[in-house]
Amino acid sequence: MTDSYPLATLEARELSCIRDDRELFSDLSFTLGAAQVLLIEGRNGSGKTSLLRILCGIRMPDTGSITWNGGDIYRLITGYNACTAYVGHKDGIKLDLTAEENLIFARSLGSSSDISLSLALEQMELGGYEDLQAINLSAGQKRRLALARLLVTRSTLWILDEPFTSLDTHGIAMVEDMVTNHLANGGMLAVTSHHPVNLGNADIQRINLSERSA
Amino acid sequence: MNTATLSQAFLILLRRDLTLAYRRRSEMINPLLFFILVTALFPLGIGADPALLREVGPGIIWVAALLAALLSLETIFRSDFDDGSLEQLLLSPHPLSILMIAKVFAHWLITGLPLLIVAPLLGVLLDLPGDAITTLLITLALGTPVLSLIGTIGVALTVGLRKGGMILSLLVLPLYIPVLIFAANAVATSGAGLPIDAHLSMLTALLLLAVSLSPVATAAALRISLS
Repeated sequence: MTDSYPLATLEARELSCIRDDRELFSDLSFTLGAAQVLLIEGRNGSGKTSLLRILCGIRMPDTGSITWNGGDIYRLITGYNACTAYVGHKDGIKLDLTAEENLIFARSLGSSSDISLSLALEQMELGGYEDLQAINLSAGQKRRLALARLLVTRSTLWILDEPFTSLDTHGIAMVEDMVTNHLANGGMLAVTSHHPVNLGNADIQRINLSERSA
Repeated sequence: MNTATLSQAFLILLRRDLTLAYRRRSEMINPLLFFILVTALFPLGIGADPALLREVGPGIIWVAALLAALLSLETIFRSDFDDGSLEQLLLSPHPLSILMIAKVFAHWLITGLPLLIVAPLLGVLLDLPGDAITTLLITLALGTPVLSLIGTIGVALTVGLRKGGMILSLLVLPLYIPVLIFAANAVATSGAGLPIDAHLSMLTALLLLAVSLSPVATAAALRISLS
């Protein structure tokens, strides 16, 4: 498929996050290398989404630092953003735009991959929906359109917040295939999920936020 | 690997916002309707004496334009915030301040430009002399972009709040007042046949200042609002 990604390392050191006077986590350190997965687990409200938003650079950690290839991500910010893709709780798609228009926009905001838009839609089994406004798609299809953003841009690190929400078993398998492919090319993944994630023999690091604070 | 260039991203974002506005045109017409209605109702309220209307006309049109701009402000980021597109903009490798210029420009084309188009008609309605109508157009062309640019900073600061509408008006209105003073005064002055170079210079200065500083401030405010 595509060539492999340039080698990269994401390193977090002694992160902590305080929200509304409550400490969600503290002293959290990990290193993520090529073809590795960071699986963040924990109960509702344990800080999974906050951690992902910190990894994206949207939110600042209250203490600690995150480096990408040795450089602080807040210094690199635009360079770091070019290497990451984030699909959060909100799909980030415009309901009044067609599926294709949504992807054109997503692609313009990142570094574009070699895959054509129609191929990306086909891979997410949204072929034939190009010209349909996203408001007419089902919840699962909207989710798949949001995940198609990962295919049309070329990002080493995928940051996914509950990617399997509203997907059926077939859709989940499809996304797992997509991720396995991404890892095989030397990509990286940080993900939260309530569903069991089946990624074959991928190198998975688990962080359980609720056990840590207990 | 080919990163989309900044100018491509700028144009695609501009076109996206215009397409969205076109598909939601019934909502976009509200500020324009407000502008026309307020101006048209004044003669009914204060009496149709041409001398009186000529006297208060410039002020009425400009106050109505200012309130119409304020009314339309919140739409600039609301839907992007609600559906998560704003996060995606923030995470783009392109400089956020340049992307903000595209957003404000699109917003001005949608909400500011229509005011310019109907303003001559409203000038005639309030019996403004020809010179004053020309000046009205010039001041609107210079002034409404300033309103959009300054207002966007306020929206960026309040977009994360559940009920930001009131704070937004309080934040933004004081900053609108210089534009109102110079613009309305310019129209009145030219109606009296006096030169208005000084007014226009001030408005141009305000516009240049807003164009150069507001996108940076908006980008910083958005980062705070979304964190």
